[in-house]
Amino acid sequence: MDEILSQIFHIGFFAALIRIATPFILATIGELFAERSGVLNLGIEGIMLFGAMSGFTMAYFSNSLWLGVLAAMLTGMLMAILMGFLTVSLGLSQHVSGIGVTLLSTGFAFFFYRLIFGQPSTPPNIKAFTPVGIPVLMDIPWVGPVLFQQAALTYLALLLVPLSAFLLFQTPWGLNLRTVGENPHAADSAGVNVSAMRYQGLMISGALMGAAGAFLVMVQFNAFTFGVISGRGWVCIALVVFGQWGPWKSAAGALLFALIDALQLRLQASSAINLPYQVFLMMPFVLTIVTMTLVSRNARAPSALLKPFRKEER
Amino acid sequence: MSDSDLLLSMRGVCKSFGVVQANQQVDLLLKAGDILGLLGENGAGKTTLMNILFGTYQADQGSISIQGQPVEIHSSADALELGVGMVHQHFHLVPRHTVLENLMLGRPGKGGRLDQTGARDRLEEIGKHYGLKLNPDAIVSELTIGEQQRLEIIKALFRKAKILILDEPTAVLTPKESEGLFSALRALADGGMGIIFITHKLYEVREVTNRVVVMRGGAVTSVVEDPRAVTEGSLAQMMCGHELTPPEKTTSQLRDPLLKLSGISTRIPNRPFLKDVDMVVHGGEILGIAGVSGNGQRELADVIAGILPPSEGKIEVKGNTITQSSPRKMQKLKIGRIPEDRMTTGLVTTLPLSSSMVLPWINHPNFSRLGILRLKAIREFTEAMISRFGIRAIGPEVRTGTLSGGNLQKALLARELAFDPEVLLASQPTRGLDVAAADFVHRKFLELREAGAAIILISEDLEELFTLSDRIMVMYEGCVHGEQSIADASVEKIGLMMAGAEAA
Amino acid sequence: MHLRLELREHTPLWLNLALPFSAVLATLVLCSGLVALADANVIDAYSKLFLSAVSSRFNMVETFVKAAPLILTGLAVTVAFKAKFWNIGAEGQLLAGAMGAAFVGGIESLPTFSLVPLMIIFSAVCGACWALLPAVLRTRFKVDDVVTTLLLNFVIFYIMTALLDGPWKDPLSGYPDSPDIRMDAEFPILLRATRLHLGVLLSLVAAPLVWLLIRRTTLGFSISVVGENPEAAAYGGIPITRVLIYTALISGALAGLAGAGEVGGLHFQVMAGISPGYGYTGIVIAMLARLNPLGVVPAALFFAIVVTGAEAMSRATGVPVFLADVIQGTALVTMLIAQLFSTYRVRTHLSASE
Repeated sequence: MDEILSQIFHIGFFAALIRIATPFILATIGELFAERSGVLNLGIEGIMLFGAMSGFTMAYFSNSLWLGVLAAMLTGMLMAILMGFLTVSLGLSQHVSGIGVTLLSTGFAFFFYRLIFGQPSTPPNIKAFTPVGIPVLMDIPWVGPVLFQQAALTYLALLLVPLSAFLLFQTPWGLNLRTVGENPHAADSAGVNVSAMRYQGLMISGALMGAAGAFLVMVQFNAFTFGVISGRGWVCIALVVFGQWGPWKSAAGALLFALIDALQLRLQASSAINLPYQVFLMMPFVLTIVTMTLVSRNARAPSALLKPFRKEER
Repeated sequence: MSDSDLLLSMRGVCKSFGVVQANQQVDLLLKAGDILGLLGENGAGKTTLMNILFGTYQADQGSISIQGQPVEIHSSADALELGVGMVHQHFHLVPRHTVLENLMLGRPGKGGRLDQTGARDRLEEIGKHYGLKLNPDAIVSELTIGEQQRLEIIKALFRKAKILILDEPTAVLTPKESEGLFSALRALADGGMGIIFITHKLYEVREVTNRVVVMRGGAVTSVVEDPRAVTEGSLAQMMCGHELTPPEKTTSQLRDPLLKLSGISTRIPNRPFLKDVDMVVHGGEILGIAGVSGNGQRELADVIAGILPPSEGKIEVKGNTITQSSPRKMQKLKIGRIPEDRMTTGLVTTLPLSSSMVLPWINHPNFSRLGILRLKAIREFTEAMISRFGIRAIGPEVRTGTLSGGNLQKALLARELAFDPEVLLASQPTRGLDVAAADFVHRKFLELREAGAAIILISEDLEELFTLSDRIMVMYEGCVHGEQSIADASVEKIGLMMAGAEAA
Repeated sequence: MHLRLELREHTPLWLNLALPFSAVLATLVLCSGLVALADANVIDAYSKLFLSAVSSRFNMVETFVKAAPLILTGLAVTVAFKAKFWNIGAEGQLLAGAMGAAFVGGIESLPTFSLVPLMIIFSAVCGACWALLPAVLRTRFKVDDVVTTLLLNFVIFYIMTALLDGPWKDPLSGYPDSPDIRMDAEFPILLRATRLHLGVLLSLVAAPLVWLLIRRTTLGFSISVVGENPEAAAYGGIPITRVLIYTALISGALAGLAGAGEVGGLHFQVMAGISPGYGYTGIVIAMLARLNPLGVVPAALFFAIVVTGAEAMSRATGVPVFLADVIQGTALVTMLIAQLFSTYRVRTHLSASE
């Protein structure tokens, strides 16, 4: 037991944890903005994949990782606009629209990747983001290497948390967005444009989900594979519930999940425990289901979540 | 009077929804300091007209001028810019947010941040100037209905409204709170505001307005310059087009107690609690339940309907105690139930009318055998109900939601009366119905009463309660606050009990 | 511009048929852009895509063979969605059914005549159980069914591959797949010189049966009401929880049967790739069929044709085979939009001048 603990809990582990948590934080906060405005964005899995693919492609051909990130975010926003058209402008079922956007985005990702890269014997890869150390801070014992020697995108993700909290709770825009998710009629009669706000929430979610996908192919791995997302998007849906729709708690949930994920990777690699590797792969999903079960009963979702806003109904 | 003297003038407004002409060539003029009553029964077009003024709907034709300037109002944002504020019937507040957050909604902040201090200052100012005070950090869901309405009015003042529209504001207030509202309105009018007061209650119009526009069927039937100079009867004539003859009520022939609740308490979070409620209703009587909405009537209705199992207490139907209530059980015991929200709880708008009609009876041998539906029988039943109740529908397969409010209520009534209930629970049965439909419903209730059934009538319409009930019970804060037989009851006594006071 | 929706009194039959056709047409038009991007001739590509399926007797029968699991997953999703039980887990339920069928098909001690019926029954049971879990989580713990059914797809996939890598691995094969089922457990072939197996018949029989369930039984009625308005259902005495559980069981069973067909009629073993997303395609099929069990059959055939033809088209024109996936996603989105027109009359409203 001691051996396992020492194998696992060292600095490298915690640094990896932050890295693993990054895409979860990005995508979860993205989803948070959408849900706070009243729209459940189930396109998350597909958008992350399509974002990853377009980000990778742009990075590969332009030799600029940041252009890749931009491309990923734009792709995400585009698909989110489609989601908005279906659910906000047309008022269609958010559940089915989300599945539709995921399927479509996934289809696009596979198609365009194959079209552009074909089926080479060695899959194309790029030079991943190198960690950027922050001077002075990175020299703090223990905390330094863990928190301050990460990829730039990770710093952005971590800063996103307090930024989102500020946006949502300290600005008029945030108040309007939250109201649109609680009582859109109240927002409407106060002069807020409900559709516009929901589109904005969705576009932010799309951009962040794309960024999360980009992170996976540019930091965690250095190539795009069809299975690069593998259910992470769905987990983020659960993380929003776990985080009670708040940025700090959702980020905490992402860290917790990353902990499980990181742990599972180490345990797989360690010789101490002898279980098929699939058990470890499965663990995060099972734990997500368990957590959702414990949390959902008292969950207080934004009141207007899932309800399309139609002016002439009251 | 030229338009430039007027605060507001609406001329020639027309609006249709499909084939329904909600507003036909409507003119409305308002001066500063006016409290204008907009009188009409349900469906007359008053709310539509005001929604056009507030930008929620756009008129098909017509013009609006504010302070002599012609304006175009495409949205509520426009209306608010122009100084028009509206207090809706169903409040447009966010229960989870605080008073201050509700006030800051939709307004620009200071330097990108929410302007909390500015808002607090303004709130205090309004409190001092108009006497309308509220705690800025209170959570809206914890305020009383009267306080929530006050918040709605403050919201309008926050936006420097010059014209204030109130849509049936006293529907949710006790008589005493209504008095408070009226004084506040008088103060606002004295300060130069123009107020439009939508109502269907005649005594209110004479109490607080100084001019009345009466609407019927989408058009203005008359403008009364001095409401106090006219009798209620003539106002009623203008509103309904005919004399109101309440249906004849015979003296009640009390039979055995059919439903008895003893010591019923409920404890569901986020909803009013029922506390130790005792109630008995006998065959051949109509028990009216009065009370301002939110005092437990809905919970009482849900307990009787079987949806809300009480945490304490006993329910007895015809002397037999029920252990685990459920809607099915109550139906089996011949308790008919008409829910408050006909569109959300009663009927299924997207399914055919026949489906809505047989919903509770789907396992009845008439309509299914061994799990297989008897489609022909279902269709025939629906057709029979359509003709017997005069429901205006093309046929049994039309989508339920295409029926008008009055016809939906008739359908609900037909459904619950289909198998001769012995007890009928009716919650707000005539809400939103025009006089003819409401009258139909009232007559059916009296027929049932004659036949020996018991009726529990929960209504916020005191007039309706007084017309139909043999006894009136008042709910206040989850308890039965008092009971009076119809002979002893008066609006004043009931009003006092509704507000929590003891009746003399 | 802003939309106003008016509920239609009823939906005329011609509209019910025209809408899926328009959706498919729109899909093909939209996807032709992608074909052009791939530098291929649109007519060429589409004819390869659609005509491969009818190019020979064998191919035509193959289309039905490919359609069988799609019909069943389409039916599974149809039943579930009617009750608004968002079963995105048909994929996993199919795997559960496949494993169940393979397990039974490998039991040495069972008499021959019992094998196929038991495989079928057990696969339905396995599929039903796998759908039961998310249903219970929803009814008792209010956990969103979309997320749970989805996550469970991954869970059962890992369970399956763990078994196939370990205790259930075929010692004779280099790949992670299970041992073959008994020879006498293989589903009978219904047409000589083809692969038309019993599973295909099962799927074709299931469609009208499910239709009867929905339209003619009290359970079917309850399912519709619970899906359209659960509050009114509860008020009217319909036991919502029980209805949702039954819905999940039926849905899971149907998906499980799809698994049985694939194992018993086609592959005779379980392997990791036994379902290339049939469960997800089932969702698109169900929507194209407008949640009408009878409409599932033509919709499934459409996708079977597309999936079969995609390979051939890709070889001939160089257009990536994943065009099929894009067609799938586009079809769902266009059908969703088309669906709006059946329940509502859509009126557009220009922000008018008064």
